[in-house]
Amino acid sequence: MSEPWGPHDLGGQEGGPIDLAEHDTAYWEWQIDAMVRLSLKKGLISDFAELRDGIEQLTPDDYGSCTYYERWAKSLAYTLVSRGVISEEQLSEKIAAVKARQEAEGVA
Amino acid sequence: MSEPVFQVGQRVRIDDRTPPVHHRVPAYAKGKIGIVERVCGLHGEPEKFIRGDGKPPQRIYRVLIQQDKLWESYEGTQGDKLEIEIFEHWLESVE
Repeated sequence: MSEPWGPHDLGGQEGGPIDLAEHDTAYWEWQIDAMVRLSLKKGLISDFAELRDGIEQLTPDDYGSCTYYERWAKSLAYTLVSRGVISEEQLSEKIAAVKARQEAEGVA
Repeated sequence: MSEPVFQVGQRVRIDDRTPPVHHRVPAYAKGKIGIVERVCGLHGEPEKFIRGDGKPPQRIYRVLIQQDKLWESYEGTQGDKLEIEIFEHWLESVE
């Protein structure tokens, strides 16, 4: 078999048991979903292939430890910065502002 | 719009290559031979969507591969097949 491309390329490998438990979708996860779909609609990213690429560029550790929408969030940020839609500084400033707001509200 | 390069019933091999960007061919199917089951529609080329626009679009084919050609010592029912959709630029004709 050819070498896998990235941590997602698992077909044919031994896997553990699958967690079949139902789980709710958190509000922030809907927000990430909406941001991705809006970014596609506005042409800020080109296709789900580009989102997939960002996910597949995660390190195996990040890929393994992130949940589904955490991977989407990381990929969207990476893609928007790579395309120059936003800068790393803008992203860092916004993350710091949101963290500060959450701490002030006692929800962090 | 270009005509399909491959026809239903044609034997094709999936390329065994690994471009360092998202591509829609799993490792286990690379280098394998199958039969074109149907000619599907067109979609932008996945590799060209990465900081690009995916153009020109590529045709997609449904390819059937015998499971016992994919997996060593396959123990399922004889005749089991994988159906997988592969873009035209990943396929070559096999006599």
